[in-house]
Amino acid sequence: MQRKLTLGLATGLVATLLTMTSSVYAQKSATDDIAKYREMIADGNPSELYEAAGEDLWKKPAGPKNATLEKCDLGLGAGVVKGAAAQLPRYFKDTNKVQDLESRLMTCMQVLQGRDPQEMIDAPFQKGPKKDMEAIVAYVVTLSKGDKIKVSTAHPKEKEMYDLGKRAFFFQGGPMDFSCASCHAENGKRIRLQDLPNITEQKGAALGWGYWPAYRVSSGQFWTMQQRLNDCYRQQRFPFPIYGSDVTIALSMYMAKTANGGTVETPGLKR
Amino acid sequence: MKITHLKQLLAIFGFIFAVGLVQTPALAQQKNDPKFNKMMQDSFRAEGIAGLNRIDQDETQKFCSDPKFANSKQAEAMREKIQKINMDSIQQPSDGKYIGDWKNGEKIAQSGRGATWTDKADTVIGGGCYNCHQIDPKEISYGTIGPSLTGYAKLRGYSKEVVTYTWNRINNAKAYNACSNMPRIAHFKLLNEQQIQDVMALLLDPESPVNK
Repeated sequence: MQRKLTLGLATGLVATLLTMTSSVYAQKSATDDIAKYREMIADGNPSELYEAAGEDLWKKPAGPKNATLEKCDLGLGAGVVKGAAAQLPRYFKDTNKVQDLESRLMTCMQVLQGRDPQEMIDAPFQKGPKKDMEAIVAYVVTLSKGDKIKVSTAHPKEKEMYDLGKRAFFFQGGPMDFSCASCHAENGKRIRLQDLPNITEQKGAALGWGYWPAYRVSSGQFWTMQQRLNDCYRQQRFPFPIYGSDVTIALSMYMAKTANGGTVETPGLKR
Repeated sequence: MKITHLKQLLAIFGFIFAVGLVQTPALAQQKNDPKFNKMMQDSFRAEGIAGLNRIDQDETQKFCSDPKFANSKQAEAMREKIQKINMDSIQQPSDGKYIGDWKNGEKIAQSGRGATWTDKADTVIGGGCYNCHQIDPKEISYGTIGPSLTGYAKLRGYSKEVVTYTWNRINNAKAYNACSNMPRIAHFKLLNEQQIQDVMALLLDPESPVNK
């Protein structure tokens, strides 16, 4: 009788353990598979195709002025691409604005090549002029890979943008009451199986900011930071954030400044 | 002489006290910032079903957008007020039925679709429950922003109190926790009454896999 009970208990325990381990295993393996996939294609991130196209676009005369982007000042002086993305967003004297990489590239295209920024703003992601932008972004961010994220808030406009971004990060709206903080203000949380970085802390901010722009395996596309933020807002059930608008730059400033000291791992490779 | 001393002393203490009051940084809700408001207004455009009125905040959203204040001791009365507003907005089921079909409830819980600018006005909005909660233990793809609901009624029982509490909490989680991360399901009509009854069944039907 006692033997039977012990046996029963033991079987129950094993069964419970098995169920527990199998579900834990399944979860673990989903994350592991993504890690494995990353490893497999680490030597050849598909972003390289965009990057090569971007380098060509950088050096090819275009626009009404038939000029290249080679004199574009991304913050470290005219024509300096290496390391520039690691220090963006930043204040630019000529525009008297804090700009992220994409809004700054629009300025360069306008000033150097005579292109109308509105065409870029209005174009859908992955299409038309945005396609060129995406390639150029891939080229520029690759040249900061391995650098430390180093964003300044020394200029009053930079500090102001950071403060606005922090406020925007916590701003709730829409039919689901979501803000960025709904998903990105706590450690160790997930949506379904997707791990969520806590962007309010250096470590989590570096995990987010440091790995975008990235090649997205699920969509087979290279996504810029502007597109990443745009899709966050879509899922927050907000209206459409205008390309290069201040809220996108302010949020970038908040994330980048919080991520300071982390490593630029762009272009990243994401699910 | 002694009385004068006392008066002086009192005056000095009074002064120190007053200075103390002035210098203690009283935590208050963040001020309206015209610059921030303008940034928000200028940065978005309407797209599809997602109109610009989605960034017009109601009182709850405004309060919860300042978590430092919202979680402070000073905000306690305000939290209670927000909870009351939300509690008062909850409607009990019109047909008196709290429990629907758990199988439909499971489908609703699985879907995270709807209400984005890429959705249509008639896209059925999902409950999005598994995004944040563990529910049926067989579903391994669940989020962890909310607590696990596996074994929900097995642990809490099937009493009237539990049923009403669960109804209220699904309808409007902010009735209990002013700044809960959970969307106000009925307040924004994300699910209709029938759908909420079905999700209720997923948690509270003894036959639901949640309680097996």
